[in-house]
Amino acid sequence: MTVRVQADTFDPGTVLSDFANDRKNIGAVVSFTGVVRDDSGTLDRMEIEHYPGMTENAISAIVDEATARWSLADCLVIHRFGPLRPGAQIMMVATAARHRVAAFEAAEFLMDYLKSRAPFWKKEFQRDGSTGWVDAKADDEDALTRWSR
Amino acid sequence: MVEVMYFAWVRERIGEPREKVETTATTVAGLVDELRSREPRYAEAFKDLSALRVALDQELSDFDAPLAGVREVAFFPPMTGG
Repeated sequence: MTVRVQADTFDPGTVLSDFANDRKNIGAVVSFTGVVRDDSGTLDRMEIEHYPGMTENAISAIVDEATARWSLADCLVIHRFGPLRPGAQIMMVATAARHRVAAFEAAEFLMDYLKSRAPFWKKEFQRDGSTGWVDAKADDEDALTRWSR
Repeated sequence: MVEVMYFAWVRERIGEPREKVETTATTVAGLVDELRSREPRYAEAFKDLSALRVALDQELSDFDAPLAGVREVAFFPPMTGG
């Protein structure tokens, strides 16, 4: 299991090929990469703040929960912080399992929990100088209820 | 004495990322009441607790939670990771 919280960029292709490389006991690898979106074409950058220490612990707890629920050969979470330009990678999740259902479900679970339970906050800086914190969406919180048991 | 930390717009409204606070409060809500009574910027930041989350020693908690033995209290808006 790998958890990385970093300012540096990363290459999703390299990360994924390293993650999937030379495994004989799996039949499925699923990955998701989150990218800074600029719907209106006015975004200069996004700045991601986090809570050092708690961030790593919270992500590790989410990863532990995923590995308890699904039979995973491995899983990986990378999440960046600091200033990010439109089109930059924000984060990545990868799961490896014997079968695809576990790999897909665990990846979705990780994404849903990272959205609402890992201490990151996004602030958008527009090119005209205006700024605003990104609000949490009720949908993101609702997404967690499908995993409750 | 507890270390109180603020993140995102809570940090911006209060104007500091962290501070040491002498408190006699026994719960998070009691600490919030003490902070609110200090200065308007605190009252403003803590105006609507439903818009805030709290972590005690880096674990998500709630405003009714006891403060006994807690070293680090963090206040922040709902998280927006991913």
